[in-house]
Amino acid sequence: MADVKKKATRESYGEALVELAEQYPDLVVLDADLAAATKTGIFKKAYPDRFFDCGIAEENMMGVAAGLATAGMLPFASTFAMFAAGRAYEIVRNSIGYPHLNVKIGATHAGISVGEDGATHQCCEDIALMRTIPGMTVIVPSDDVEAKAAVRAAAAMEGPVYMRFGRLAAPILNDPETYQFEIGKGITMRDGKDITIVASGLMVAEAVQAAETLAAEGIDARVINIHTIKPLDEELIVRAAKETGRIVTVEEHSIIGGLGSAVCDCVSAKCPVQVTKIGVNDEFGHSGPAVDLLKQFGLSAENIVSVVKSVL
Amino acid sequence: MDETIKKSLQATACKVRMGVLTGTFHAKSGHPGGSLSIADLVTYLYCVKMHTDPKHPDMPERDRLVLSKGHTAPALYAILAEKGFFDKKELESLRHIGAMLQGHPCIKTPGVDMSSGSLGQGISAACGMALAGKLKAADYHVYAILGDGEIEEGQVWEAAMFAAHYGLDNLTAIVDNNGLQIDGKITEVCSPEPIDKKFEAFGWHVIVVEDAHDFDRLEAAFNEAESIVGKPVCIIQKSIKGKGVSFMENQVGWHGSAPNAEQYEQGMNELKAALAEVEA
Repeated sequence: MADVKKKATRESYGEALVELAEQYPDLVVLDADLAAATKTGIFKKAYPDRFFDCGIAEENMMGVAAGLATAGMLPFASTFAMFAAGRAYEIVRNSIGYPHLNVKIGATHAGISVGEDGATHQCCEDIALMRTIPGMTVIVPSDDVEAKAAVRAAAAMEGPVYMRFGRLAAPILNDPETYQFEIGKGITMRDGKDITIVASGLMVAEAVQAAETLAAEGIDARVINIHTIKPLDEELIVRAAKETGRIVTVEEHSIIGGLGSAVCDCVSAKCPVQVTKIGVNDEFGHSGPAVDLLKQFGLSAENIVSVVKSVL
Repeated sequence: MDETIKKSLQATACKVRMGVLTGTFHAKSGHPGGSLSIADLVTYLYCVKMHTDPKHPDMPERDRLVLSKGHTAPALYAILAEKGFFDKKELESLRHIGAMLQGHPCIKTPGVDMSSGSLGQGISAACGMALAGKLKAADYHVYAILGDGEIEEGQVWEAAMFAAHYGLDNLTAIVDNNGLQIDGKITEVCSPEPIDKKFEAFGWHVIVVEDAHDFDRLEAAFNEAESIVGKPVCIIQKSIKGKGVSFMENQVGWHGSAPNAEQYEQGMNELKAALAEVEA
């Protein structure tokens, strides 16, 4: 995949905000002293009067976003996933989730691909935290095209949305001309009958690559991109369970509470099949180059291939 | 303040206090102490200062109130019922299963502008409402009521910094300084004092009301607050926890426990007597 164009989804986020500004005059962007990193700085430059830096105070930022939403504004509150979902969890739950306010949370630098900053900033728990909040939509886009579509869809819908973006440049898999995004609808990236690999975010590209390798070895793997963890596309998951009999989930998140757990929750009730989870195994990350960390934690096409083979 | 208006406010405040007792008695739980200490404040705000319409509780141009010390919801519910946002009978089902009136304020209740109750959060939402008012060039005002124990929460000071930085002069925070929190006196638990100097240092205009149960003083404070341009205002109102019910006054034990039947009767009798005196 060396010749595939790449872009970090955090950049897609910043660009999408600018693209939406004219259409949504009430759209405002909040950040907590990370505009250069979350890429809301792109919006700040284009619309300085609609950008509000809250300083290093994420709890207040989420509350301010809630208050703005009660008065009809369309706030996008942005910071790293660690602080958006972690530090500000209870404010997101009580001030945004409980009153079901129209706040969009743009959480960047999710997962261990944060890299060198290490464990304190490598949030692998955010999906688990956010999906427990009633009425919260949780979206984990896989590439630039999907990320921009997700931001557009989030702006268009009423209610709280958590969007998870990455720091690392992600291969652009989708064609902007033909790509269709619908909240809650997974995408079959590749059909297959032997096993289903369900992936999200940065892991979709790895899953697609793994399926190609497996195909060359005579294993026909289906690949499903679940960009919306909540609400989950249960129909698509159940059909895959029925038709392929086994599922491997891949996510750049703890194996506790994320995509893998959501898939297990679904199939255990509706079509019990074996589910094998690939993710961060109940441990903290550490410093290192992002690409090396992903490999080390088994978040790679190579590891997906070997796990699939061990399951079959 | 005009004597007729004052008497009318005092009468309404008595009824709000009765509502607090009624609600917590029927709920067999709740927070009467801090509800009684803000009874005069919410009466003054809803009857004098705030532009609201019980028939159109969501009208965009309304003034807004966030009860950041959300556990004192009985006082908010009682004044909203007095104003006609919903039937007073609702107070009797406070905290009951299936009831409209939740233990802490819920935005779905007519007249409640923000869900609150997890301390320290309401003030941030109030900042957001005030900022939205600026952005929309709306002339509504936002009030946030905080407890003096509540300001021990760090988020309050994040919000204080934000409000001053963005010059939110359409925001007034009122700290209900009754001096008591669950574990005891605020000065003994983990003192937030000096409250006035802290808000001043954060860039707010601070007004201290020495007696929160005196409508003349409340009026003077809110009139001064209205004249302040370019910065948010913090009114620190020195109040008596449990005010108006003799055996509850200044008793920390009444922070979070409900009156039994006998206590309810005694408290209601005291308030009825006070009301009769005001209306005489």
